[in-house]
This record gives sequence, structure tokens and C-alpha cells, in this order.
Amino acid sequence: MPDLIPAAAEIFLTTAICVVLLVDAFLEQRHRMMTFRLAMLALIGAALCSAFIVPEGSITILNEAFITDPASNILKLFSYLVVALVFLYSRDYLVRAGLFKGEFFILGLFGLLGVMVMISANSLLILYLGLELLSLSLYALVAFDRESGVAAESAMKYFVLGAIASGTMLYGISVLYGVTGTIGIDGLAEYFAASDALNLPALLGLAFVIVGVAFKFGAVPFHMWLPDVYQGSPTPVTLFVGTAPKIAAFALTWRLLVEGLGELHGSWQDMVIVLSVLSLAVGNVVAIAQTNLKRMLGYSTISHVGFILMGFVAGTEEGLQAAMFYTITYVLMAAAAFGMIIVLSRKGFEAENLEDFKGLNARNPWFALMMMMVMLSMAGVPPFVGFYAKLVVLSSVLDAGLVWLAVAGVMFAVVGAFYYVRIIWYMYFTEPKEAPGLQVPNDLRLVLSANVLGLLALGLFPGALLELCSRVLS
Amino acid sequence: MVSFPNLSVLIWLPIAAGIFVLLLGSEGERARRGKVVALVASILTFVLSLPLYSGFDIATADMQFVERISWIAAFEAYYHLGVDGISLPLILLTTFLTPLVVIAGWEVVKKRPSQYFAAFLFLEGLMIGVFASLDALLFYVFWEAMLVPMFIIIGVWGGERRIYATVKFFLYTFLGSVFMLVALIYLYLQAGTYGIEAFHQLPLTMREQILIFFAFLLAFAVKVPMWPVHTWLPDAHVEAPTGGSVILAAVLLKMGGYGFVRFSLPIAPDASQILASMMITLSLIAIIYIAFVALAQKDMKKLIAYSSIAHMGFVTLGFFVVFLIAENAMGGDGARLALQGGMVQMISHGLISGALFLCVGVMYDRLHSRQIDDYGGVVNTMPKFAVLMVFFALANAGLPGTSGFVGEFLVILGSFQASFWLAFLAGTTLILGAAYTLWLVKRVVFGDVGNEGVASLEDVGSREYFMLVVLAIAVLVLGVWPAPLLEVMEQTLGNLLEHVSQSKL
Repeated sequence: MPDLIPAAAEIFLTTAICVVLLVDAFLEQRHRMMTFRLAMLALIGAALCSAFIVPEGSITILNEAFITDPASNILKLFSYLVVALVFLYSRDYLVRAGLFKGEFFILGLFGLLGVMVMISANSLLILYLGLELLSLSLYALVAFDRESGVAAESAMKYFVLGAIASGTMLYGISVLYGVTGTIGIDGLAEYFAASDALNLPALLGLAFVIVGVAFKFGAVPFHMWLPDVYQGSPTPVTLFVGTAPKIAAFALTWRLLVEGLGELHGSWQDMVIVLSVLSLAVGNVVAIAQTNLKRMLGYSTISHVGFILMGFVAGTEEGLQAAMFYTITYVLMAAAAFGMIIVLSRKGFEAENLEDFKGLNARNPWFALMMMMVMLSMAGVPPFVGFYAKLVVLSSVLDAGLVWLAVAGVMFAVVGAFYYVRIIWYMYFTEPKEAPGLQVPNDLRLVLSANVLGLLALGLFPGALLELCSRVLS
Repeated sequence: MVSFPNLSVLIWLPIAAGIFVLLLGSEGERARRGKVVALVASILTFVLSLPLYSGFDIATADMQFVERISWIAAFEAYYHLGVDGISLPLILLTTFLTPLVVIAGWEVVKKRPSQYFAAFLFLEGLMIGVFASLDALLFYVFWEAMLVPMFIIIGVWGGERRIYATVKFFLYTFLGSVFMLVALIYLYLQAGTYGIEAFHQLPLTMREQILIFFAFLLAFAVKVPMWPVHTWLPDAHVEAPTGGSVILAAVLLKMGGYGFVRFSLPIAPDASQILASMMITLSLIAIIYIAFVALAQKDMKKLIAYSSIAHMGFVTLGFFVVFLIAENAMGGDGARLALQGGMVQMISHGLISGALFLCVGVMYDRLHSRQIDDYGGVVNTMPKFAVLMVFFALANAGLPGTSGFVGEFLVILGSFQASFWLAFLAGTTLILGAAYTLWLVKRVVFGDVGNEGVASLEDVGSREYFMLVVLAIAVLVLGVWPAPLLEVMEQTLGNLLEHVSQSKL
């Protein structure tokens, strides 16, 4: 009987999901809030497992297929946090939109389980398993509003393209297996450490794997699904798609490229540079042309992915830490940004166009201030945390001697600043098109304010989180 | 040693007051209370900044009132503050002008007044932070954060084309700054710390120095602004509300000049030496060409904005002519004079341009026009105001006895030791500057009453009178007796000169 304690959080969550699923099946609609409460309890329980039950240190179980290490624990804790944020932001919206169904929470938790499995995967097969668990939950979530044709269309696109990408990745994995004879991440690392000759079949596998990674991240040129999915999904789903899976994508890249194929760094560095620069360019430039906020944030995500990938480029410990810091902070920023859209939406009205933000300062100065802070953080203006995220990534790139890449990064950051600033100008410099006043439930106000003030606090004192990232990844 | 954290108080007091004012909101009685809080906080900040001057030891070039605690351990970045002879006058300028700006907006700002005053308080704290930071990362944080309140000030309370102007302002300065960020990170990787003083001592190859110099140049040249990256300034000035224009001209532009003496010169002295001729050429273009542009303006604010660019040309000229003087090795203290001149010019321009923008604001509040053609004969209806406006105009033209004269004179005097023609070209500003300012005065203040609007003007009230007179006294005092200012800078500038004369290669 293997010792399964290191997987306590995953086991707990799986059990909890089954319980939620069963309970939900017997609930009447008016008691549906119970599902929400149970889902939150499941998250808290999982967090307690990760924090207290899972042993510290790096431990592998199940024939080295599953690993927990300090970094995986931290990533999981942040995943719980963002999923909790997603649920809190979404509840009110779902009720108003008549979409308050148990499936949202159950699929969300399944997606989270996929994220956790990916974070802890130490074998290509487990990694792929987690990836599919996450992806299938996401496909279903996107199509979750059955009345919406647009959502069904996005789900279809997402599913077809996602399936192709998964297939590509699986093919790459099989090639790697054929070359090395192992699917263990450690085994891969050992194999490539031992052979320094140029291994063409392995490079072929690598290229396919990178395509899969790029697709999951939404890096250009594998980004086509992303804006459509962001725009087409109900906002709570966009919120989910835009946050937790980014942590998973980071974990995927980290486990696969850094831990498994780290020895091939010289070979994949150029590919990642191309992905990174293209993402920065396309994401930032195309975002300017958008009038739909969700779509704009979709392109902005692409540009942020460019920065996260830039962290991997250096191939150093600092670079990896920078990418992790960027991912975590980006996810918190994205949660706040989509949270804002939810706050401004009402029954039958989605505040998803840029125009809907006009004159927000006159309608509700507090939320305008919050949104301004989120936008400034995304643009990378200090003292918000987005600045430090860019700073650590640029530091790692400069340290690797890639000055031109850093310069390209900041140039596109300036281009990007324009569309973030445009939101601020809509909110502050123009008058509202409708009557002032904005009623926001207290819990939503509280969560959003805490989220945004957290970004400010992290920006004023980024030391602790930076330290955490560097401690767990060294 | 635990001492009173003067600088921290100066930075955080206005910011805390700003948050308070912001939370008060702008409804009814609360707006008035917000104004009072803003005024009290800004005056208190000014009073608290005075001990910096009285306690300043002029016998040393070291940093004083130093505070240093660990901030981000991962980067070796510290919350490190301190002042020397370069930053002290600029901090005092900031704390001196902010209460005046609050007074200037007292009755005029009707739209969301609390947000207006809060923005200026934020701005004050951040500007002091820029001047007081001795840690490059901290400096950059303040430097960038400052953009935000200014962006809001121009965008919300500005004129008709405010959105165009403010977005242009934001993107221009943001573009300049990010290159500085890359340079700062590079220096950090070389030095292992973000300490500015450590950067000064860092040996760098010529290629590194030149690249770093250009990265800094983009940031600082945009702020100064130097020709040809000055185009954001006239737009921003024209569209900004009066208070915004004052702070923009008086303090924000000085950050560019401050950046040159704090970063470019000491970190890349050899590159500065090589590129000095380029910098001097750009400065001379600003001084002469922009002065001609100013002559052609029809809008009062635009004219003063262009005159600012020309005057700031003197600052950069003073800073870089130092290297030509050193090359000529004629001895003498021309280099010191030029450097001092540049610094005095910054302070003096801060006071004079601020005052001129206030003057325009006074007229604009009455007639809601900035066009020169809409005025004429103002002296007939506003005699008290006319006296002050003429005084500031003369100071702007460099009349002896005003602070405007001291800075320009010192720079020209120093330039003579570099080359006669250089000094001659710089000297033309005395003619051109007199031409555009006096012509402005002639068209606006003197002559017969031009139209009904002017005929209906009321003279300045006690609030406006107070703020203009205070500025006039400051301009006059510095013009007649600049010694206290020069004394404060003496050691620091001497130290800087010595530092830049040693090659880092």
C-alpha cells in the first residue's frame, strides 16, 4: 500500500466533488445556494490539506508519477484562492442571469482538480491526464449557457482546436517516449543529461510538445481560440478560463520544458522567444482595435503570456521564478478585471463593451478607482504589482544577455499601456450615458475591493511573494 | 541612529491627506472640508520641509537626513532616502508651490473638487519621493507613479482637447521611462544593488556607458523636454487646468534636469563627455529655434509653454557645457558656474513659469479665453494684476535683479570658457526672450481696452493677490541675493564635477 498522504489534497477534492455532485442532484432550485457553500467548503478543505497535511519537501509517489514539492503546494494554494474568487464573483451574476446551476461549481472544481494534477505531475501521462481533465471541464463550462448561440459556437471552436492541440501534444509525448523509453519527467531529464549528441527525433517530439504548450497558454500563433472563447462565454466562465488554467499552463511548461527537457534548453529557447515576441506584438497591437472589453482582455492575456514565456526564455532559476511570480500576479489581476465586468453587469445587460465604462467615475467613484488600479497594474505602472512582475521578467532576460528582447518587451508594454489607459479615460474623462448610481451587493463590493487592494499591497511590498517564489523554486 | 524621518513625513503626509480627501467625496459640505484638509496638509508639508533647509550642513557633499531600511530583499532594494545640494532646493520648490496651487484652485474648481485636490496632494508626495530617493527602484516607482495623478488632472479638469493631450503626455513619458527601466535593471545586474550611489561608483565600458546614456536620455529628454521630443508639452500645458500647468512647468520638467545630474552625468561620465556636443547642439536648438516658435504663438499658455522649453534648454546647456570647458582646460571655475547656473535656472524657472501660468489662469477664470487677441488693455481694469504680470514677464526675460537673470547669466558666463560663439548663441536668448515676453505683455496688458470682456474685468481678489505676491517676493529675493541657494549647492556640485572628471573606463 503506497503512502498516499502527499496526494491528500487531490484525494480530498475528488471525494468532495462527488459529495457536492450527489447533494446537488437532490437539491431543489431554491436551495441551490447549498451547492455554492459546499463548493467553497471543498476549497477550504483542500487548502487545509495542502497547507497542513501534505508533507513539506519534495516527495514522489506512485512510481514517481506524482510529485509534491514546495512549489507545487504554493501553486495549488493560489489555485484554490483564484477559484474561490471566481465562485464568489460569479454567484450573484449567475443568480441574476438565471444560470445558477450546480454544474458551474462542479465543473469548476473538476477543472481545479485537473490544474492540481498538472501541477503535481511527474510523468508525461499524468500531465496529459490533468490537462484533459481541465480541458474537458472548460469545454463544458464554455457551453454552459444553453440558450446562448455564441457560447455554443465558442465551445465548439475551443473543443475542436483544443482536441487538435492535445493530439499534437500527445504525439510529441509519444515521440519522446519512443526516443527515450520513459515517460517519467525525471527519466527524461536523466536521458538528455547523459546524451549530448544532437538528437533529431527528440527535437521533433519537442516541437510538437511546444505546440501543445503554446496552445494551452494561448501564445501566438496558437491563440486563435482565445479571443472567441473569452468573448463568447458567460462572464463567470471567462473569469474561470482566464485565471486558474494559466497556473496550469505555467505548471505544464515548468514540468515539461524546464524539469523534463531542461537539457534541451538551447533547442527550445529560440522557439519560446518567437512565441513570446509574437504574443507580445499581436496581443498588444490587436487589443487596441477591440471595442468589446472581454475580447480586449483576451488579447491582453495573450500579451501577458508573452511576458510569462519570456521568463522561461532565460532558462535560469531566476527566470523560472519570474515566470511563476508573473503567473500568480497576472491571475489575481485578471480575476479583478473580470470581476469588474461582473459588478457592472445587470440582469439582461452585459457590461462588456468599452462604452459601458464611460463616466463610471461619476456613477461610482470607488469602483472607478478600483478599475483604474487594475488597469494600471496590468499596464505595469508602479506601485502596482504588475510592475514588479514585468521587472523580474525583464531582469531575468537581461541577465541572460538578451538586451534586445527586453527592449522589445518594454516597447510592447508601452503599446499595451494605450488600451489600458483608454479604459481609464472612458471612466474618468467622459460623462456617463445613463443615469448615475450603481447598486452593488455588499459581498461583491467587499471581495472586489479586497482583491484590488491586495494588488496594491503586493505592489507596495512585493518582497514577501518574490521571496516565496524564489524559495520554493530553488 | 534613530532620528525624525523628515523625508518620509514629507512624502507620506500629503499622500495620506490625499487618501483622506478622496474618501471624503465631493458632495456638498464635504467638498469644502476636503479643500480645507488639502490646504492645511500642503501648508503643513511646507512648514515641515523648512527644517531640511535649516538643518542642512552646507560643508559636506554627503547625503543628509538619510533613511534606509530594507524594502525588497530579493533585489537588494532599500527604502533609501536622503537629500544633497541638488535635491534639497527642488524639494523646497515642490513644497512651496503646492499650497499655492491649492489656493489657485480654491474657488475655481467646481467639478469633483475633492478628487482634484487629492490628485495634487498625491502628486506632491510622489514628486518629493522622486527627488529624495537614493534607491533606483524606489526612484522609478515614484517617477512612474507620478504620471497617474497628472494624467487624471489634465484629463478630467483640462480644456477641450484634454484627452488627446493627456494621452499623448502619458504615452510620451511612459515610452521614455521604460528605456530607463531597462538601463536601471542592467546597472542593477552589474552592481548587485539598486543603490544610486553604488551606480555612481560602477566602472563601465564605453559601449555600456553610451547605451545607458541614451536610455536615460530618452527618459529625461522627454521630461525636460528637449527638442525634438518636446511636442507633448505645449499640448499638455494648453489643455491642463491652471494648477496642472503650474506643477507641470514648475516641478515635473525639473525631474528631467534632476535626472541628468543624478544619473546620466555621474553614471556615464565618459559617454557624457563624448556626447556633450550633441547635447549642447540640442540645447541651443531649444533655446533659439523654440524662442522663435514662441514668438509666433497666439495662445498665451502655448507661448509660455514654448518659453519653458527654451528656458529648460539653458539648464541642459549648463549641465553639458561643463564637459567642453573641461576639454579646453583653461582653468578657472567656468564649469562650476555653468553647473550652478543650470541648477539656479531650474529653481528660478519653476517660480517664474509657475507664476506666469497662474497669471494666465487668473485671466482665464474671468474671460474663459487664452487667446492673446481676446485681451488688450488689461492694465486699465486690473492695475494690481498688471503690475505683477509685467514683473513676472520681465523676470522671464531675464531682467537683472530677478532670479531669471542669475541662472542665465551664470550659464552664459560659464559658456564663454568653452567657446565665444557658444556663449554668443546662448546670449541671443536674452533678446529673443525679451521679444516674445514683452510683446505678449504689450498685446495683453497695455494699450486701450480691447473689448467689452476686458472692460468688465475685476481686479485680483485677495486670494489671487496673495499667491502672486508670494511668488514675486521669492523671485525677487533669489534675484537679488542668490547666495543661500548657491551655498546649499556648492559642495554637492563641486563633488559632482570632480566625479565626472574622472574616467570610469
